[in-house]
Amino acid sequence: MPTQCLDILNTPAACLISSGIDPGLAEFIGILLGVLAVSIAPLVIVIGLIWVERKFAARVQDRIGPNRVGPLGLLQTVADALKLITKEDITPAGADRLIFNLAPIVAVTSVVLMWAVIPFSPYHVGVDLSIGVLYVAAVGSIGTLAIMMAGWSSNNKYALLGAFRVVAQLVSYEVPMVLALLIPVLLAGSMSIQEIVNSQRGMWFFFFSPIAAILLFISTQAEAGRAPFDLIEAESELVAGYNIEYSGMKFGLFFAGEFVHVLTNGLMLALLFFGGWVGPFVDDAPLLGVVYLFAKGAVFYVFSLLLRNALPRVRIDQMLAFNWKFLVPVAIVNLIVTAGLWMVVRQLGIAPGAGFENDFLANVPAAAIMFAGHLLLGGIIMTMVRNAGRRQRAKDTTTTALTVADDQKMVTAQ
Amino acid sequence: MNLINEWAFIGVFAAVAWIFPTLPLVVSWVFRPKRANAIKLQTYECGVETVGDTWVQFKVQYYLYGLVFLVFDVELVFLFPWAVAYNRLDFFAFGAGLLFVFLLTDALIYAWRKKALEWL
Repeated sequence: MPTQCLDILNTPAACLISSGIDPGLAEFIGILLGVLAVSIAPLVIVIGLIWVERKFAARVQDRIGPNRVGPLGLLQTVADALKLITKEDITPAGADRLIFNLAPIVAVTSVVLMWAVIPFSPYHVGVDLSIGVLYVAAVGSIGTLAIMMAGWSSNNKYALLGAFRVVAQLVSYEVPMVLALLIPVLLAGSMSIQEIVNSQRGMWFFFFSPIAAILLFISTQAEAGRAPFDLIEAESELVAGYNIEYSGMKFGLFFAGEFVHVLTNGLMLALLFFGGWVGPFVDDAPLLGVVYLFAKGAVFYVFSLLLRNALPRVRIDQMLAFNWKFLVPVAIVNLIVTAGLWMVVRQLGIAPGAGFENDFLANVPAAAIMFAGHLLLGGIIMTMVRNAGRRQRAKDTTTTALTVADDQKMVTAQ
Repeated sequence: MNLINEWAFIGVFAAVAWIFPTLPLVVSWVFRPKRANAIKLQTYECGVETVGDTWVQFKVQYYLYGLVFLVFDVELVFLFPWAVAYNRLDFFAFGAGLLFVFLLTDALIYAWRKKALEWL
């Protein structure tokens, strides 16, 4: 929180203090305003997100999408929300009532809580925790608990199967996610998200460790339960997974939580690897940072939508094998390589010295070396994957060829 | 802002974050029809009546993944202080980190060889 009063829009607490109000009261009002602004934002945004999601899916599938309620169908989500609110709500007879009703609330709360530490601009941040990154990882995984609560309390076998898958999936993908989160912490030397963004003024961390950014994107995609990792709700196999027994607004809350989660993941990726609110003129007009951040986050959100509409769902054994036998080893190697390269770059004096951290050109040599190192590592990994794939396919074709030959033998014998 | 204020913010935020999802549920409770009957309240499952108890024992594989995760997560937490201090340390820190990560990898290789990662 800045101590200087710039203007009432950017630094409310500091301005209230300077206008003569008791500092304690001013701080409290500042906190209250911040809480309201930051917590209402995701809930307003989700209405727009659902519309974007439906329109986008429609375009991909060669449909028009919602276009009746309001201009361009913009009010469709509002109509849906009204419908959900007036729907009869059924709590199945065998359900554990308390946990059943608590689960959707926990699901939304866990996602909204993440917004407390997101810095929207140099001055607009709910609270700049010194352990911001760890807080995000911790609060984000409460969502796992919500889904487990929903699945277990429903007293429904499909819901329970969905909940089991959640535990296996979300818990597994947390390992590469946290390993990827370590990279910006290591490069910035701080766990505070605001400080991580500030150290990207010269160069985005993406160029220091592109593989970590990709790892974070994949694992957060799985954390949010999005395609191709959406087998926790697998409509075609588990009816709907953990939320079968839910109806009305409780059902809606799960989805609101999911949509906000995907956007939050996009924002986190933008903050940790793509400079967050950093952009031209952001120091003169801090509110511009909000635009930059959301523009960057929106890119990842749209990319996530594309993936959702383009990829088929993976099997659970494939999903877990992909995590433990590919993502985790890659994340570990990436951590070692990034730490090693960063150490070498710093010790050889290639990294920008004190006072030059914010200079783009001073960062170029170090970033070039680290980017090249990561490209090489990526190349090696992809070659290994390709060779493993070739071996697997060769094995598969020989077995298939055998069965075809056997079939023909049987046909001729008959 | 001092440490207490930071966590006070999180506290207030958590309270507000609880109110927001609860609000539509309360509004819904006021407006929605309440005409429950025994058949309506049956577990839906797949349309047919549920057979047997749902809260049963489950596949041990899920438990194994949980254990492997626990090993990793606890060790990863110890890597965060190392990462924060990394910029102020020299090559020795890299060696120490390498050793620690190697132990982490060791656990993964062990689990892999023991086929704890196979979906059976």
